[in-house]
Amino acid sequence: MTEVLNAALLLTNFVVAPSLIYGAQLALGALGVTLVFGVLRFSNFAHGDTMAFGTMVTILATWWMQAVGLSLHPLPTALAALPIGMAITVVFVLATDRVVYRYYREKNARPVILMMASLGVMFVTNGLTRLIIGADDRQFFDGARFLFTVRDIRDLTGLAEGVSLRSTQVVTIIVALLSFSLLALFLQRTRVGMAMRAYADNRTLAVLSGVRPQQVVMITWMLAASLAVCAGVLYGLDKSFKPFTYFQILLPIFAAAVVGGVGKPIGAVVGGFIVAFSEIALTYPYRKVVLYLFPDADLEGRLLQLVATDYKFAVSFTILVLVLLIRPSGIFRGTTL
Amino acid sequence: MTWRAVIYFSVLGVLFVLVGIFQSWSVALATLNLCLISAIMALGVNIQWGFGGLFNAGIMGFAAIGGITALIISHPPVYGAIQAGGIGIATSGVFLLIAGIGLWLCLRLVRGPVGIAFAVGLGIVGFVFVSSEFSEATRAIEAVDPASTGFLGGFGLPIILSWVIAGFTAAAVAIAIGKIALGLRADYLAIATLGIAEIIAYITKNEEWLTRGVKNVTGLPSPVPAPNEMQSHPWVQGLAEWLNAERLQLLSEPDRAAALGVHVAETASILIKLSYAGLFTIVLAAIATLCALALNSPWGRMVRAIRDNEIAAEAMGKDVRGRHMQLLALGCAVVGIAGAMLVTYEGQLTPISYQPLRYTFLIWVMVIVGGSGSNAGAIFGAFIVWFIWIQSETIGYWLVDTGTYWMSEDSPIRAHFLKQAQYFRLFIMGVILLVILRFNPGGLIPEQLRQKLQNPNGKHGGQSA
Repeated sequence: MTEVLNAALLLTNFVVAPSLIYGAQLALGALGVTLVFGVLRFSNFAHGDTMAFGTMVTILATWWMQAVGLSLHPLPTALAALPIGMAITVVFVLATDRVVYRYYREKNARPVILMMASLGVMFVTNGLTRLIIGADDRQFFDGARFLFTVRDIRDLTGLAEGVSLRSTQVVTIIVALLSFSLLALFLQRTRVGMAMRAYADNRTLAVLSGVRPQQVVMITWMLAASLAVCAGVLYGLDKSFKPFTYFQILLPIFAAAVVGGVGKPIGAVVGGFIVAFSEIALTYPYRKVVLYLFPDADLEGRLLQLVATDYKFAVSFTILVLVLLIRPSGIFRGTTL
Repeated sequence: MTWRAVIYFSVLGVLFVLVGIFQSWSVALATLNLCLISAIMALGVNIQWGFGGLFNAGIMGFAAIGGITALIISHPPVYGAIQAGGIGIATSGVFLLIAGIGLWLCLRLVRGPVGIAFAVGLGIVGFVFVSSEFSEATRAIEAVDPASTGFLGGFGLPIILSWVIAGFTAAAVAIAIGKIALGLRADYLAIATLGIAEIIAYITKNEEWLTRGVKNVTGLPSPVPAPNEMQSHPWVQGLAEWLNAERLQLLSEPDRAAALGVHVAETASILIKLSYAGLFTIVLAAIATLCALALNSPWGRMVRAIRDNEIAAEAMGKDVRGRHMQLLALGCAVVGIAGAMLVTYEGQLTPISYQPLRYTFLIWVMVIVGGSGSNAGAIFGAFIVWFIWIQSETIGYWLVDTGTYWMSEDSPIRAHFLKQAQYFRLFIMGVILLVILRFNPGGLIPEQLRQKLQNPNGKHGGQSA
């Protein structure tokens, strides 16, 4: 019995908990992509770099707060800096909309042109982020590391394995749940939210019914940017901040949005967790788990890792391909692509 | 060629001569060679985006496929490694093929959830079976003299042959991607190609049994004479003496011999670069001619009609998906060829150099700036953008230096920004892309249409509507 418990604890600590956290981060990112897609009808390639930009601003604000002695101890200072990061990123993203995207929207350009423009925005954002903060890895986490550690649980239960709970994990879950519910409330209950959904559903009809397109677009960008900053900061707190990683995370984010059904917020959330869980479950070495369950198993030193960690992007890609082959509109029947 | 193109290319020529005079001819020729390779890649992207409006965000992956092909074709086989793990790799390859065919049959013959369940089951069994066989073989291969080999090597064939094979390999991968992602929205092709490119780059970096990974494979055979072979030719020595006659006369006898040695080495290196430039120009000219012929053929008019109005073209009975597949395969083949040429030119495969910004998005900027849909434009765009890319590090440094001039000499902020100045070129590239896309969507040398469209803007419909 203890062996089974040990295996379960091991899986919880290294597969379930990290998947939940990573999934929440991906879901926040995918929500931004899906909102922009639903309302503006293009895949935003600059989203990963918007995340990086927002995280950079938050880091700068964190440093400033640390310098003047502001602190939320035991919570990380970055949480206090998050609103500043969001505000500045929202302004930046609205500026890119004004300077870049609005022109194509008014000309009714094909989505692929907007996608190309987002590539240009990606370059500019990317360059700005690296110019200001550099391309190196940065840690900006402060505050208490653990709520309880593996050792605490081990001492408590007397088992060989344990579970730890890092404060970043709690923060991620709380911030993500807050964002999800606020977004759902906003989209379902407020006038502007309903206008947004109407506009995404049928542009012409919505405009004829008195929805103001300028306002809808503005709110969409504000939401997407805020969610992107949340996702970026939480990811950075959990792991570390490096501009190139934020570009690469674009692929799992797209995969999450497509799995759930592009344009469907609930789909983005579910998709985020699906992608995160598959990625972590497939790259985790099951050697120890199997040894707990079957102590006599002869593993000849194999790690029992299904996919090498380096190929975690192959997992999101495979998911993407499977969805395209089996159900291109995604689980929640998003925009028919 | 319009007068505009002639002027642009002349300006380009002057720029190269200026670099030759003020920096060095070696630098000018090195830039020229990379410009030629970039121009071929840009032609490949132009086939997809310019002719057909397909958004391929995975150029890097196809360039990497070209690079790996060059390695496998040209590198001499490593017999020890083949003995150690060749059979293992071969059997796992065969099993993979069988599993693949089985998967395909499952999905084809048994439709619905049962088929998918079968396929997933088969996939897991096949995967477990192949992966154990495979990991044992790779471990054995990588253990063979890891400091110098530790990989399978290749076929030891002439490296030029790999340029052709790289085209076919890249096209095969492109067709596989196209089968999945074409026929859906344009976004899906972009996302799928972005993904496959990341995976190919990871394979190049991590599969040491194939590419030696981050240890790089150096010393690939060269299609032109090696430096010391070139230097030993009497006519090269004579040429070096003749070119530098004035300078040599000023020196005394013992100094002259030493100086001549330096000049011979320099002349030989320039001659080698010139021969590469000649080879690359032949390939570029061939591909550009084929592109021009294709664009002006009925086929070319058909793909442009599809690009400009897919629904109308489909209504006229054109096979939209089939044409898109052709464009994707052809474009990727051209990119693959250029990828193989790049590895040939560098004489080594450097897996970590495959970065999306350098190989995917920079090529995109070249095509947009030069003129999507115009072959001359793509070539010019490649030349000018590569030129700016090379020079913009200096420009960025200068801008940051000037911008922070008012700060004190030892200011940490100034030092920080000077350190980051290299990233200025990303910013410059983004701004160039956005400005051209908005104010001159046709590019610097726009596509030539036989009849002017009845469009008040004078731009063709594909780019604006």
